[in-house]
Amino acid sequence: MSNLKETVKPDQTLDVRGMGCPMPLLKAKKAVETISGGQVLEVVGTDPGSKSDFASWAEKTGNEYLGYTEEPGLFKHYLRKKK
Amino acid sequence: MADIDPSIKQYVDQRVQEAIKAAGLVPGVPPRRNRMAIVSSKGSLDMAYMPLILGSTGGAMDMEVAIFFTFYGLQIIHKTGNKKLQVPSIGNPAMKRGAMVVPSIVGMLPGMTAMATMMMKGWMAKEKVPSVPDLLEMCQEAGVKIMACQMSMDVMGIKKEDLIDGVECVGAGTYLGYAAEASITLFI
Repeated sequence: MSNLKETVKPDQTLDVRGMGCPMPLLKAKKAVETISGGQVLEVVGTDPGSKSDFASWAEKTGNEYLGYTEEPGLFKHYLRKKK
Repeated sequence: MADIDPSIKQYVDQRVQEAIKAAGLVPGVPPRRNRMAIVSSKGSLDMAYMPLILGSTGGAMDMEVAIFFTFYGLQIIHKTGNKKLQVPSIGNPAMKRGAMVVPSIVGMLPGMTAMATMMMKGWMAKEKVPSVPDLLEMCQEAGVKIMACQMSMDVMGIKKEDLIDGVECVGAGTYLGYAAEASITLFI
């Protein structure tokens, strides 16, 4: 997961810091609707539960969860929109 | 109707059975869809969050979702009632303030319901969880069907115009027809 930073270039960034369930997922879903297929959304948040939420969301909706990077108290998630 | 050649009939039956099996269906059982059907039967603040959070998230996950609000659950979609939902301070042995469990008997003192409600609103605001009316709006935006139990409305004297816009007033049959094809059903 550590090389995600170098390999993934986000096309858009969404800030959901401080937000708890279900907001990170709902906001990310809306943001994904605004980007084109194949583009990557970066979601910056603080909710530890988002990791498995995004994975499950991606599996259900056919999008791709590329993973996350972690800094103290901060997560950066990467979602690639399906083509 | 002319008789069908038994060998043709046997061939057709066999192919139908194969197709049913390949589709993962059980004969006679309706297909399960990517669908969630929730019954929301409680009118306290803590019980309002669950159906709305699950419903809006289901919508975001491309599921078809319907929430059937019945009895006290109708307060959650009541235009004015849903801004005044409260947390009951009695009958809840899990209620704590800090590390201290609130003794059950304290819950019956005047003002305790208001205190419990304030406490929960405080937690929710800290986590930036939206209010009940805001969550409802998100559900509707995500395409969640809002069903109101007509019978509960009748016995409780609630009219359609007392409820938020976009509500379908239906009976148990409508909900069950919807739920029969759901892969997830919840009673809250």
